[in-house]
Amino acid sequence: MFKLIKQLTSLAAVVAMLFAFTTESMAAKKSKTLKNTQKKGFVRCGVSQGLPGFSNADAAGNWTGVDVDVCRAVAAAVLGDANKVKFTPLSAKERFTALTSGEIDILSRNTTWTLSRDADIGLTFVGVNFYDGQGFMVRKNSGYTSVNDFKDGISACTNLGTTTELNMRDFFNSKGISYEPVTFEKADEVVAAYDAGRCDTYTTDKSGLAAQRIKLSAPDDHIVLPETISKEPLGPVVRQGDSVWEDIVRWSLNVMIEAEEYGVTSANADSMKTSDNPAVKRLVGAEGELGAAFGLDNDWSLRIIKQVGNYGESYKRNIADTGILPDRGPNELWTKGGILYVPPAR
Amino acid sequence: MNFKLNKIIPQLVTLLAVILVFGFLTYNAQVNMDNRGIEFGFGFLSQESSFDVQFSLIDYDGSHSYARAYLVGLLNTLLVAFIGIILSTILGIIVGIARLSPNYLIERTAAFYVEFFRNVPLLLQIFFWYFAALRALPLPQDTEPMFGVFFLTIKGLFVPRFVWENLDIFFYSIIAAIISIIVIRNYARKLQENEGKQLPVFSISVGLFIILPLLTFLIGGVSLNFSVPVLEQMSNTSFKYKGGLGIPPELIALTLALGLYTATFIAECVRAGIQGISKGQKEAAASIGLTPRQILKLVVMPQALRIIIPPTTNQYLNLTKNSSLAAAIAYPDLVLIFAGTALMQTGRAIEIVSITMFTYLSISLSISVLMNWYNKKIAIKEK
Repeated sequence: MFKLIKQLTSLAAVVAMLFAFTTESMAAKKSKTLKNTQKKGFVRCGVSQGLPGFSNADAAGNWTGVDVDVCRAVAAAVLGDANKVKFTPLSAKERFTALTSGEIDILSRNTTWTLSRDADIGLTFVGVNFYDGQGFMVRKNSGYTSVNDFKDGISACTNLGTTTELNMRDFFNSKGISYEPVTFEKADEVVAAYDAGRCDTYTTDKSGLAAQRIKLSAPDDHIVLPETISKEPLGPVVRQGDSVWEDIVRWSLNVMIEAEEYGVTSANADSMKTSDNPAVKRLVGAEGELGAAFGLDNDWSLRIIKQVGNYGESYKRNIADTGILPDRGPNELWTKGGILYVPPAR
Repeated sequence: MNFKLNKIIPQLVTLLAVILVFGFLTYNAQVNMDNRGIEFGFGFLSQESSFDVQFSLIDYDGSHSYARAYLVGLLNTLLVAFIGIILSTILGIIVGIARLSPNYLIERTAAFYVEFFRNVPLLLQIFFWYFAALRALPLPQDTEPMFGVFFLTIKGLFVPRFVWENLDIFFYSIIAAIISIIVIRNYARKLQENEGKQLPVFSISVGLFIILPLLTFLIGGVSLNFSVPVLEQMSNTSFKYKGGLGIPPELIALTLALGLYTATFIAECVRAGIQGISKGQKEAAASIGLTPRQILKLVVMPQALRIIIPPTTNQYLNLTKNSSLAAAIAYPDLVLIFAGTALMQTGRAIEIVSITMFTYLSISLSISVLMNWYNKKIAIKEK
């Protein structure tokens, strides 16, 4: 059954690519993806199969997380309702095919921005909504306190089809340590195997380690080692070739970050229309005509802030308050010592 | 003339339609891929793969090419299929015969086994053997060795590895044994045809097969040592085995699940084959003075095999294709390495999925050809 589903997905992706009609008209002013989205009435968004804090569904099927909020922001901007999103859970292996074949229009699934992904396979990364890095989780009683304690023959569990797999090789090679990679397709199985003792360490992005730790049978018996072995800028991705849609997604994210910078929140957004600061007025649509460039009305950014909130609210709601990573670290605004810095919305 | 044309025209139209559909699909894929900036080509196969795999039959690491990674996956798939087919065949024959046993207990046990294992989805069984059995296994430091040298732990089965000296001479002795067995069998057949005497060919063959290789140890300079796995501590709670041969738990779980599942179907093929031979055949054979062993070997089995082989071929094919479920439990087979990691790292979905499909097709067709050849060989030869 599983094999069947998997084969069907691969096949469907190929077939979808074969059948997708080519009506890319150069003259069309509006983006085709935008037109289709407005016609359908919902945004098609690819997310993870369950990563608390980033994209996770509760028992009732409601998706929450900072990755989910990017899609909700786009829905608020182009459809006027942040809830009009259809989420498609994807494994690391399926995600890019789903996007390039047109099954989804935004991939917002803790995906690392790399040169080869951006340039090679028909994808465009539009920004970074979380600065991450790869780390290692080990058992507290193992005595490992640093990656320098690792010895020849260590077994490491991780997800297949990720940058993690490549970083792991670079890391162990540079240290001259032989290791046993045990790679699963789904995160839940990685957690189960590590929990059972199949592996000495579990490696993935540190945010992922923090989130998955909750799923272990005894979370307090495990620690994340202090070292970070890679840069993992995670962000939303769109298909190459629709620059208007690309801009909409990019600026939906940027607006959330800029709103936090200017102190505009979901609660005070309406009252900010009368602010003295022109930058704030532009952000809530009281001045300028920012939406026109995308073929949207002028309240698009106001709707994002009112319905989804600014980046700080989203982070607090999904990642800090859930106890995953209370400390924002590099994901703090540049004005407060972090590296979140977006171009001005003007 | 008209009659011929009537026959040909529909064929031509169908052929044209098929060509047009495929042409359209290819063209469309081309245009869509161009629009999205995706190139088509197999050049990536020679690029450095830069990922490692857990278990490989040939020398491989991330500095090798994607083509080599493909080969690693292919060999791992063939390994699982090979072990699985042998395991399921042996088990299937035993259970199939047991189902016909006059002993009530044996017959019921075999029936229960068949009904249970063939009616639970295979993926569930794989997960069961991997996660349930894995959790039940001890950690390396808590493991009691079996017979002093086998260690079954959550990290795999660790067994002594053979360390040979003058292995080639040992191989030559086995080849010599096989040749002499063939010669003796031919001689025995002639002897029976000419003089009616029977030689104990089976005992002689077994004897030759044991004695000749043994001789090489005594006079051929062949020696065999064992490298026994030794527990080594890496940190307070992580341990590993040094030396010996490690068989990953993923491989064990997968072959076990595939073997137990497929054996149920083969058991039913075997039962059908034996029951398909009419009682009169056995009675006729007994009436001309054949022993029960001879009846089974010379009368029943040759006929039963004709019924057993074709459906069993299907089961071998199923097992091979089902081995692609390996990806669920991290066994690095073709699907996990090539259609998984390599696809992800290169993004070449169409190329890799087509190569993978073509590979499974080739494996399946090879098994079919082999089994059909065997089926033809044992078919009734009308004279």
